[in-house]
Amino acid sequence: MEEVGLLINGIYLKVPQGYTLLQAAQQLGVDIPTLCYHPELPSEGNCRLCVVEIGEYPRTRLVNSCTYPVEPGLNVQTHSEKVLQARRIVLELLLARAPKAKLIQDLAAEMGIHESRFKSEDPYELCVLCGLCVRTCREIVGVSAISMANRTPGKLVTTPFLEPSDACIGCGSCAFVCPTEVIPYIEKDGKRIIWGREFELVRCNVKLEQKLKSISTVKL
Amino acid sequence: MPKIESVDHLTEYRRQIRAQRDPKQQQILVCSGPGCLPLGSTEVAGAFQEQMQEKGLQGKVILKSTGCHGLCAHGVRVLLRPQEIAYQKVTPEDVPEIVETTLIGGKVVERLVYQDPDSGQTAVHKSEIPFYQGQKPLVLRKLDEIDPESLDDYLVVGGYRTLRKVLFKMSPEEVIDAVERSGLRGRGGAGFLTGRKWRLCRQVPGEVKFVICNGDEGDPGAFMDRAVMEGDPHAIIEGMIVGGYAIGAHQGYIYVRHEYPLAVKRLTQAVAQAREFGLLGNNILRSGFDFDIKISQGSGAFVCGEETALIASIEGNIGEPMPRPPYPAQKGLFGMPTVINNVETWANVPEIINMGPEWFAALGTEKSKGTKVFSLVGAVNHTGLVEVPMGTTLRQIIFELGGGIPGGREFKAVQTGGPSGGCIPKQFLDLPVDYDSLQEVGSIMGSGGMIVMDTTSCMVDVARYFISFLFEESCGKCTPCREGLRQLLNILNDITSGEGKEEHITLMEEICTTMASASLCGLGQSAANPVLTTLKYFRAEYEAHIRDKKCPALVCRPLLTYTIDPEACTACLACVRECPVGAISGPKKEAQHIDQDICIKCGRCHDVCQFDAVKVE
Repeated sequence: MEEVGLLINGIYLKVPQGYTLLQAAQQLGVDIPTLCYHPELPSEGNCRLCVVEIGEYPRTRLVNSCTYPVEPGLNVQTHSEKVLQARRIVLELLLARAPKAKLIQDLAAEMGIHESRFKSEDPYELCVLCGLCVRTCREIVGVSAISMANRTPGKLVTTPFLEPSDACIGCGSCAFVCPTEVIPYIEKDGKRIIWGREFELVRCNVKLEQKLKSISTVKL
Repeated sequence: MPKIESVDHLTEYRRQIRAQRDPKQQQILVCSGPGCLPLGSTEVAGAFQEQMQEKGLQGKVILKSTGCHGLCAHGVRVLLRPQEIAYQKVTPEDVPEIVETTLIGGKVVERLVYQDPDSGQTAVHKSEIPFYQGQKPLVLRKLDEIDPESLDDYLVVGGYRTLRKVLFKMSPEEVIDAVERSGLRGRGGAGFLTGRKWRLCRQVPGEVKFVICNGDEGDPGAFMDRAVMEGDPHAIIEGMIVGGYAIGAHQGYIYVRHEYPLAVKRLTQAVAQAREFGLLGNNILRSGFDFDIKISQGSGAFVCGEETALIASIEGNIGEPMPRPPYPAQKGLFGMPTVINNVETWANVPEIINMGPEWFAALGTEKSKGTKVFSLVGAVNHTGLVEVPMGTTLRQIIFELGGGIPGGREFKAVQTGGPSGGCIPKQFLDLPVDYDSLQEVGSIMGSGGMIVMDTTSCMVDVARYFISFLFEESCGKCTPCREGLRQLLNILNDITSGEGKEEHITLMEEICTTMASASLCGLGQSAANPVLTTLKYFRAEYEAHIRDKKCPALVCRPLLTYTIDPEACTACLACVRECPVGAISGPKKEAQHIDQDICIKCGRCHDVCQFDAVKVE
């Protein structure tokens, strides 16, 4: 495979063509914070936490590293002052949006932010609109039962027309992938309730004993 | 309409229709542009029709409803050719007099001609009106001349001549060379070199490519593209066929917002005409080149004017932008290489090829060539559409063409480039308007909106208005734009309602910097401009709101205080009766008093007082 050589934080490295800047930085062991990125999903550059600075001074600019492809000779700064300031503001904005979201609190704390200077409109909001659930439903499950609805003022993840959707298969992948555990998901009395629909759970036929046996067999 | 089979057939057909037309024949051209139509141009045209019938003028006089005549402030506009007499503010009641006096009597109806708002001087002919004198119309040239629904009209003025030249005398590379040498830059706002964009797209390997016309004009107060789509749809189609030929595309899309029903109708009609005539479809004029166009309608999202969001919308997906690269020229509509240009850009193409790139490049400034259409609106006497060479100064546009500020008030700022443009103050009035100089002062060319503001505008309130527009229209995909606009709006609402704090200014600056550098698309990256420029040029106004809790322009109601001047008050009690909350009281036949604790600052006492006794500060 053809390789591309570039500079990350002044260190020259070669990575396969088609790599994103994030992948290249990870190969180098440089830690770039991410929120809406998942290695198994196509990146959309929503959260802007992974921004890096590219180009030669003074004509540099910020790009999101999870989608930007490596270019020969590109000069990349992953932790410049401009980058850190953008990440701090993004986290502070997210903290104002979802003040109780543990993940956001942790990411913010890593940047030295423990409180947002901005107004919080809903102190109980947990969704940060990263879109991981929507992409999982579309790309992994392949049903697109949920999507983003509305624009900025009322943007939310939902089923079409906020009604229970026939497309949903009740797999719960959306809830599983959600980094802030905001997707309501109830499982009790042999039933699973998700997105306004009830799914009968089918009991697994494999007995626990058999299962343990098979596992130990494999191990042996 | 015949089906045109070959180039010679086209030439012959053009000769035929030209021979049937007498340039000296009396023409009545009624403006049915976006400004005049709601003022009743259909009724005016109907009245002309009736009068012509009555006076037996049918066949002798040609009546046409045309595109925008430009000077919208004085609609409905009627142009009489060949005399070039321009009538304004015409109502159906004026029509019999025009027919009687001018068409039959050969005299001018003086009361319907242009009058200067300051000097009172009149101008009968179009060329004598100052509004038109400084203009250089290329894109708008045909608008007051042709019937937009007639392909014959477009052919008579030389339409589809460029297509012929391109298909038979030029290679795709030569077309791209010409566009590149002309220096044409995208008229949608970002100002990328059109020829370079075409070349990039041509170089990308692939059998299937697309061209798109971006007609999703959504800026408040802007109607340049609308006027072109409604008034000269074939120019856009011709430009797109040329573009398709240059990059190797066989399918084009015109994306129009559905709030422009007339533009949708005219474009649909024009595409059907061109197809029927043989200018779209397979083997155009037997050149071996196939090209067709589809019309796609937007559904009211401002963000769909952003190219990647527009592409998503045509594909049937949610209109949200995608990160670039890949650029549309590499991977655009349905994953194929795509060239997307704005309406005005496409409409410039036929004339550039026709007249030659050097002719076009001779107009304008060093880095911004040609002309630009602006929609001049707001606190200016002659609101309307103007087309001037790049590099014309703001002062010329606002004061010479626009006729200055109404009511003798003072100029305060001009906002260019739509809601995410910046507010440019008085000290830059002599700035030559082009892509780079506007950027230098913190604004953008945008698609060409120009909103003039006088001293009655509060710049904090103006910033709040644009931010609230952008907040409603931001797609919400990326954090800086979505949450940044939300917080900017919160802060601006606080400041304009008297809750402003010292630290708000720094906070806004920090949000703005991150929005500009870290947002996903052009909307988010430029959305901070209204705040950044007002903070830069009108900081004192912010400080007055925050520190003194005063609005110097007397706009932000919660910051106003209404009092009654006891000297001037005549105790007529008009204000007492008008006050909806009973805040005004006082002894009989003596000066009244406003209780500040009860007053809701609605201003009705001020409006109703005939003695100027209610003071506001």
